[in-house]
Amino acid sequence: MALDDRKTDFKFVGTRPDRPDGLDKVTGRAKFGADMYAPGMLHGAILRSPHAHARIVKIDTSKAEALKDVKAVVTRADFSDEVEFKPGLEGEFWNVLENVMAGEKALYDGHAVAAVAATSALAARDALKLIEVEYEVLPHVTDVDKAMEPDAPVIREGAADYSVPEGMHPNVVRYHESGHGDVEAGFAEADLVIEDHFDTEATHQGYIEPHACLAMLGNDGKGELWCCTQGHWIVQKTCAALLGIETSQLRVTASEIGGGFGGKTTVFIEPVALALSRKANRPVKLVMSRSEVFRATGPTASASMDVKIGMKKDGTITAAQGVFRLQGGAFPGAPGDFTAMCAFAPYNLTNVRQVGYDVMTNRPKQAAYRAPGAPMGAFAVESVIDELCNQLGLDPIDVRLKNAAREGTKASYGPRYPRIGLVETLEAAKAHPHYSAPLKPGQGRGISCGFWFNHGGETSVSLALSEDGSAQVMVGTPDIGGSRASMALMAAEVLGIPYENIRVTVADTATLGYNDVSHGSRVTYASGLATIKAAQNAVEKLCERAAAKWGIPVDAVKWENGCAVPSGPNAGDFDPLPIAEITADMGRTGGPISGHFEATPEGAGVSFGTHIVDAEVDRETGKTTITRYTVIQDAGKAIHPTYVEGQFQGGAAQGIGWALNEEYIYGEDGRLQNAVFLDYRIPVASDLPMIDTVIVEVPNPGHPFGVRGVGETGIVPPLAAIANAVSNAAGVRMRQLPMSPPRVLAALKGDG
Amino acid sequence: MDYHSPASFAEASALAANATGITRFLAGGTDVLVQMRADIVTPDTLIDIKKIDGVRDITRNDDGSWTIGVAVTGAEMSEHPELGRDWPGVVEAMDLIGSTQVQGRATLTGNLCNASPAADSVPAMVAAGVTVTVTGPNGDREVPVEQIPTAPGRTSLAKGELISALHIPARGENGGDAYLRFIPRTEMDIAVVGCGVNLRIDGDTITEARVSLGAVAPTVLLVEDCARAIIGTKLDEAALEALAAAASAACNPINDKRGTIEFRTEVAGVLAKRAARIAYARAKGEKA
Ligand SMILES: Cc1cc2nc3c(=O)[nH]c(=O)nc-3n(C[C@H](O)[C@H](O)[C@H](O)COP(=O)(O)OP(=O)(O)OC[C@H]3O[C@@H](n4cnc5c(N)ncnc54)[C@H](O)[C@@H]3O)c2cc1C
Repeated sequence: MALDDRKTDFKFVGTRPDRPDGLDKVTGRAKFGADMYAPGMLHGAILRSPHAHARIVKIDTSKAEALKDVKAVVTRADFSDEVEFKPGLEGEFWNVLENVMAGEKALYDGHAVAAVAATSALAARDALKLIEVEYEVLPHVTDVDKAMEPDAPVIREGAADYSVPEGMHPNVVRYHESGHGDVEAGFAEADLVIEDHFDTEATHQGYIEPHACLAMLGNDGKGELWCCTQGHWIVQKTCAALLGIETSQLRVTASEIGGGFGGKTTVFIEPVALALSRKANRPVKLVMSRSEVFRATGPTASASMDVKIGMKKDGTITAAQGVFRLQGGAFPGAPGDFTAMCAFAPYNLTNVRQVGYDVMTNRPKQAAYRAPGAPMGAFAVESVIDELCNQLGLDPIDVRLKNAAREGTKASYGPRYPRIGLVETLEAAKAHPHYSAPLKPGQGRGISCGFWFNHGGETSVSLALSEDGSAQVMVGTPDIGGSRASMALMAAEVLGIPYENIRVTVADTATLGYNDVSHGSRVTYASGLATIKAAQNAVEKLCERAAAKWGIPVDAVKWENGCAVPSGPNAGDFDPLPIAEITADMGRTGGPISGHFEATPEGAGVSFGTHIVDAEVDRETGKTTITRYTVIQDAGKAIHPTYVEGQFQGGAAQGIGWALNEEYIYGEDGRLQNAVFLDYRIPVASDLPMIDTVIVEVPNPGHPFGVRGVGETGIVPPLAAIANAVSNAAGVRMRQLPMSPPRVLAALKGDG
Repeated sequence: MDYHSPASFAEASALAANATGITRFLAGGTDVLVQMRADIVTPDTLIDIKKIDGVRDITRNDDGSWTIGVAVTGAEMSEHPELGRDWPGVVEAMDLIGSTQVQGRATLTGNLCNASPAADSVPAMVAAGVTVTVTGPNGDREVPVEQIPTAPGRTSLAKGELISALHIPARGENGGDAYLRFIPRTEMDIAVVGCGVNLRIDGDTITEARVSLGAVAPTVLLVEDCARAIIGTKLDEAALEALAAAASAACNPINDKRGTIEFRTEVAGVLAKRAARIAYARAKGEKA
């Protein structure tokens, strides 16, 4: 049999069929996290700290426990670092446990301190009011720069690792430094050097579905968990560790998911629901309110950044340097390293140096939000490049093309790039009618490039053929962006059967091997690669059956258009044998036919995009309107172009929110002031222009069909592109996000 | 919690007068039910006024004035064929509230009695000179809307009192009104500044004016200095500047998550100018 790994012409891939989950979703039949019920089910609720930083002196749950409707109350004492059979959680598991249920201290406003399970949601809510917590309030800090000052309160002594240089504040817990060349020599060669400071505030992914789960855990250590998550194996592993049970004894099923964007790659309520269930010996449902989502899940890091770039009059960048301080809440994990590594990655630089800090504060533990860390760095770097272009009178796309990374360029973070598509996105941007369209008075245009690594990750896919020749594919990556459609298209391409004849299911943890989370733009790449290989595995078996039937060697059979055919005239003269004829007989010819593939694919392939934005600023009120937006990004190969475009547009929409109005606002008391959608201002549909997209396809050598993940890169350029557009419209450089009307008006009046 | 649906305002008043604990009237419920679900206010007594006869009526009286029932929704006001021709500012202000879903429930009375300084319909009503009938244990009294809210979340209504009707004056000749609010987005947001302007002209000259500001002080303001700044003028640049200065001077705002003192003060002037231009154009019979 001859299977061509490097396909370039496709029958199914690149078409735009309806998504298989579409009807369920538009009719309300799809089951999300909160849609599951069980007989005897209780409702959980979580008591949260009103203080940003406080020692928990005492928790008295007796009044709540005395209520007839209350069936269980849990505190930290009910988790595995306290129970005898599995003492001493370490590393990230300990951090997660500390985050889902406070130990000695409440570390941020909203930190869970106790939970109840009761016969109704209202009874559970009211029971919380009877739990008495005695706090000793401690000094707090929520700002990244203040958290690094010598007199800042220490969030947790000893949280820093070996990477942090001597003499830093204990709140600095990770340090990253990288680069190459001699930046000082490079700055000396420049005709113009600009150094500037930039700040971004934390934002939330804003997924529309709050976290929800239904948990059952018996005293035999066997459990069932239904939850909305981006990755149920990580939920399984983490919950098992936190509850002190065996991983395989907990079966986790991922519900349909109403958005995640990286925010559902860890656990918050799931271990609490399991602990309540174990104690009550009843199923327990827990559903977060929106304000709990804001206060106690994982927003992005906020950032304070200094960037210095030198440029020659012809646009050549001679040196670039950046310091990126990221605030990630009361736990290690802010992606200061990623910010540093991505910041200058689009450019071919002789001299570059970048430093990243991970800083703890009294805020919720940050979580991933599409390309974690990259958008902030791009905001700072691409703003300075824009300013250099303005002052030197250079075209911003020409300058980027002049300095663009290509195949073979040594990346700012170390490796040499394989084939990449940055130049192609810049050329497409330059040629796009948007770039040459005239601007109206009061409008400005902004450009930015963006980079993201993309990820492979542990992946396992199984495929089974039915007797009628249809196929079912079991993947382990929750479908957060239409991936079931893409998997079906890739399987259809290999099997040669219609898209509609393939059903793709997100399998639970008991029915498939370990799968990494749906993150890192990895699903279409890695689960896609595994789907292709699993389908090829099945095709090999189909060819074997045909060879046996025809009595010829298996390498004399090839697979074409859903049929086994002789590989050439010498192989013999047999009519094509359709898949359904082989599967109809499979019980008698050797048994069921399935395919399987598992691996940790390494060839995800880095990804680049270029965005063009027009903004209009009302000079009397400081209000910005985005009037035109174009996203150009390299997708390697777009399996289902509509969903690729959706990812592009979603990145732009979220970027517009992040750039203009979204922010975590903390009061002097360290409490979050805007934990509702009314005051946490995500763009509404009417705030957005039509977002145009251009899919560039520079095939990724690491994927059989050339796929590069597209889920994250789209959020990298918007902050900078919008800031450049607003700055050019307003005539003042905007260095702080969000560019909310009060801030823009103040800048216009010269006191920003 | 006790739920009542009285058949008359007298009965509603008596229920409220005899209730203990926290009492809320239930009009559209877009504040009351939201506050209940968010665990902000859980009333002991809920008195639904929607079952009272006539509360959904929009009536044009013989003298050209309007009576609006206390359960008339925003959607019903927007869809009324004539109300918006007389009082486009009031109707547009109400129409800014929430979404299509909220419009099907929300009322002018609820917006007024929720007593938010940022309530959108209230500056428009104040500018228009709207009055309300307050029914209580001692009978009825007429009160101008600006006297209802006394502080954020508080009204001048005594125990047992409720609003039984709203009255919008007759539009009369050569008048126009307008309401504008500033929000950072395009909809589904809360006013950072609101401004209602209602004026009448004789030829090109303004003869009467009422200007009201929202979200810049603990209650909605009726700003007489603003009216004085434009009465007798043809709304020329100097008048507009004087109007803006008077509006900014009247502000007594707070710094909060929705806006700064400087921002609110500045934008109050900007909105006053913009709303006045629209009201003036409407008074002249131009489309605006
Ligand atoms: C999604 C959403 C968006 C919103 N957007 C806006 C907005 O843009 N602008 C804005 O201003 N508001 C907004 N609101 C708030 C709310 O919709 C308005 O205040 C609305 O006008 C309230 O009217 P209602 O009939 O629903 O009041 P209800 O909730 O029924 O009552 C509100 C208050 O009025 C009292 N009350 C009701 N009737 C009477 C009466 N006859 N006599 C005495 N007291 C009475 C009640 O006791 C209660 O205190 C929004 C609300 C939601 C949920």
